[in-house]
Amino acid sequence: MGWFKRLKDGIQTATRNKKEAPEGLWYKCKRCKETSTMKELRENSYKCPHCNYHVRIGSYDYFDLIFDGNFDLMFEEFRSKDHLNFVDLKSYPERLASAYKKTGLTDAITVAQGKVNRRPLVIAAMDFQFIGGSMGSVVGERIARAIDHCRETRTPFMIISKTGGARMMESAFSLMQMAKTSAKLSTLAKAGVPYFSFMTDPTTGGVTASFAMLGDINFAEPEALIGFAGPRVIKETIKKDLPEGFQTSEFVLENGFLDFIVDRKDLKDRISDLLQLFEK
Amino acid sequence: MVFLEFEKPLEKLYEQLEKIQQVAEEGDLDMSDSIKELENKIRATRKEIYSNLTGWERVQLSRHPERPYTLYYIREMSRKFVELHGDRNFKDDKAIVGGIANLDGQTVVIIGHQKGVNTKMRQYRNFGMANPEGYRKALRLMKLAERFNYPVVCLIDTPGAYPGIEAEERGQSEAIARNLIEMAQLKVPIVCAVIGEGASGGAIGIGLGDRVFMLENTWYSVISPESCSSILWRSWDYKEQAAEALKLTAEDMLSFGIIDDIIKEPTGGAHANPEEMSKILKRQLKKAIAELQEMDTEERIEARINKYANIGVYDVVTE
Repeated sequence: MGWFKRLKDGIQTATRNKKEAPEGLWYKCKRCKETSTMKELRENSYKCPHCNYHVRIGSYDYFDLIFDGNFDLMFEEFRSKDHLNFVDLKSYPERLASAYKKTGLTDAITVAQGKVNRRPLVIAAMDFQFIGGSMGSVVGERIARAIDHCRETRTPFMIISKTGGARMMESAFSLMQMAKTSAKLSTLAKAGVPYFSFMTDPTTGGVTASFAMLGDINFAEPEALIGFAGPRVIKETIKKDLPEGFQTSEFVLENGFLDFIVDRKDLKDRISDLLQLFEK
Repeated sequence: MVFLEFEKPLEKLYEQLEKIQQVAEEGDLDMSDSIKELENKIRATRKEIYSNLTGWERVQLSRHPERPYTLYYIREMSRKFVELHGDRNFKDDKAIVGGIANLDGQTVVIIGHQKGVNTKMRQYRNFGMANPEGYRKALRLMKLAERFNYPVVCLIDTPGAYPGIEAEERGQSEAIARNLIEMAQLKVPIVCAVIGEGASGGAIGIGLGDRVFMLENTWYSVISPESCSSILWRSWDYKEQAAEALKLTAEDMLSFGIIDDIIKEPTGGAHANPEEMSKILKRQLKKAIAELQEMDTEERIEARINKYANIGVYDVVTE
């Protein structure tokens, strides 16, 4: 008891609350079941030291991994709104309240600007912990504003996707964010400002079918689930078992929809290389 | 005739009518007064039923087996139509059709989801669920339209993009995403109309336009009521509630500013009078095309992008 659990509850560090990376002293790998210390895990870019499993982490963890120290948050002022009075088993405001409490985040995407080996970059990173990383109006608006900012300042833009897709509680508004973000990206492309799309586990649904697949460069973490329809839906539709490795990053790379897969320890260097190459 | 659940009162009246007509015929009796009375009753009942439809009832109507589909509309609206096939890359998708047509003197490229009219054809059309090559065929035709400066018309009627193994292998998500970014910048006018079901990415994959309309008894949503029920209620039994919660009717979409107008259907729905429906649709499409052709190309693209940029509801907090 207690070995793999956080013993002290309610550690009040604002940023730490916002991190998805596991806490405590020990980490037991979800895949190989081997145990390592949290320190080893952290020093290994939140990958299992035994099997290289990329543990799911959050937006702030990625900012720490990619930016040179400091970064500034952008467009934090937007909050989701229950325009449809949506109620399923829970009401949408209840779902939002518990998401705010659980994550300390203000929505399923966080935008920050910072430097990567002294080169500027704006990153919009999604958090799966916030209602499944779902895309609603706030996600769309933050991306749209980030694109405008990047176009006006000619700063390269990157989105880190981690999502189950659209936010059902915003129904058609959520669907329209696919059109909105894609239309905005078309202006960035026209202006010749590079956009990098980085897909992490999982990237599915309406997000994959809009901004995630539209990068000038599309890349992903190893073994991430990437697809349009979720595996369960496909299985139910075709009533057959799915082949091994279906919808993994490696599968998507093999089928020609990714430029490369990057190990998390090389992530910053690779982004830095891209920024340097796209500079001229 | 096919009667939906909420049309049961109508079905009874029609049965009565048939009986009376039979009696009149067999007995060589003049029953024209009773027949007339019943016909009036049918008209009044239909009007009453159709003036108070719930979200779920509209979903059922949008799926009515006798409802007209894309190719019907194209043939009714256009005296000349040449269907064009294939994405020039993999194959010809049967769930999205398209071609070059003439709307009263104006050449247009029309693209739309296509459902089958009988069991065999429904399978052939994959129930209107397109694979990536369908979206790529659509894009090829839009680029053709752009090259020759023809407006594009997209008719939307799909329960969703096909969720299959091969669809994933061939990049279903990339195909839809590519259409969205390309349609945003297309140099010619794009007019879209939801003529049946407007489900999710499969619908918007040919649904980004300068003007977006919905026929009166159609729906547009991020997910079908059935799938929504299965995910959020963890059971298939809450589709009616899901349909209400999703606010997916044409009236809802217009009030949200997501669509530009509702196209009225004849009483009893599009299937009750498909010729009339085609005329109404054609009138609206022509009007929109004419308006859009007045605009300067760059101005039109900018307005299109701004339209989508403005869709979203959120609060702004000041701290």
